[in-house]
Amino acid sequence: MYGRKVKLRFLFVVIIFSTLILTTLLILKSLEENVVYFQSPTDIKLLNELEKNKIRVGGMVKKNSISINAKELNFIITDQKNEINVTYSGAVPNLFAEGKGVVAEGFLKDRNFFSATKILAKHDENYMPPEVKEALGEK
Amino acid sequence: MLKFFEPNKIFKITSRAPKYVLFLFIVVLSIGLVEALVLSPEDYKQSDAVRIMYVHVPAAWITLGIFSSITILSISGFIFKNKNFFLISKSLAPSGFVFNIIALVTGSIWGKPTWGTWWAWDARITSMLILVLFYAMYLIVWRIYEAEEKVYKISTLVTIVGIINVPIIKYSVDWWNTLHQPASINLLSKSSIHSSMLYPLLLMTAAFALFSLLIFLMKYNTELIKIKNKGLDRL
Repeated sequence: MYGRKVKLRFLFVVIIFSTLILTTLLILKSLEENVVYFQSPTDIKLLNELEKNKIRVGGMVKKNSISINAKELNFIITDQKNEINVTYSGAVPNLFAEGKGVVAEGFLKDRNFFSATKILAKHDENYMPPEVKEALGEK
Repeated sequence: MLKFFEPNKIFKITSRAPKYVLFLFIVVLSIGLVEALVLSPEDYKQSDAVRIMYVHVPAAWITLGIFSSITILSISGFIFKNKNFFLISKSLAPSGFVFNIIALVTGSIWGKPTWGTWWAWDARITSMLILVLFYAMYLIVWRIYEAEEKVYKISTLVTIVGIINVPIIKYSVDWWNTLHQPASINLLSKSSIHSSMLYPLLLMTAAFALFSLLIFLMKYNTELIKIKNKGLDRL
């Protein structure tokens, strides 16, 4: 139905696509460590050697783990498998709360202690009015 | 192939359409804005900041939709040597570009009060920034080359390379740890957004889509008039 030229042009596009997709997959696969925005406490546990540079650790703020004193704020980031203690001094975003997502930027002291220089709150994908949240909470 | 695209016949329809689309756009936008800014409830966690979503999410959807359409049209135009497809792509691109910038800017405005930062180099945000650059490349290609054949080929190449980025944008939040939250709306399973917030969101999406259609029609008419004035050039 279509001419030879049309078929060739179609083939050409298909080849460009396959090449690009394969290349992109390879690049992304090898860059995976750098593409992630933060590491989980489990990733930190599995590190072969302690990272000296600034890194980000993310997860949930463990329930009843926030303690504030005059100098600093302490809390625990958990991914339900492993935990890491974080110390921080400074202002936190409004959405920072126990049981909610958090990303801490800073330096590792050792495998269990992290000294944060910046705290970001991670928002989850749930959107609902307060009344609905209350109704859900009562269950 | 596609001989029924007679410029005069298309022009008869597209030159009349904008006023109706404009009317519809104003109606849908007014209802959408009232729903989104006044009637819809505030969020349990982020309170009124949630209203930024009613601009941010539709803008992001539209910009992804337009880039995908441009790619499909350009590739079809390249394979079947159809000039009209290229003109439609060219007319679609500016509104996609603008909505992409709107999505980035509103995201940034939302990010400061909720995340605590204006900008984060996470996979979702960075890939959206790359998409803006592809839009910019696409628009610039149409300006720098005089020869039409050249423009068609290079702009198609830009879309082919750029479309690889679109699934990365969509799935970045699932593949990697990102600061950006995963999708709330899923066609196959239950959405994690309450219906009282979903309807304003869909209305605003309709409004933005109508706006894109309006801009598209105006740009496309200009292209058709240009062809008419040249007289010798046929679609």
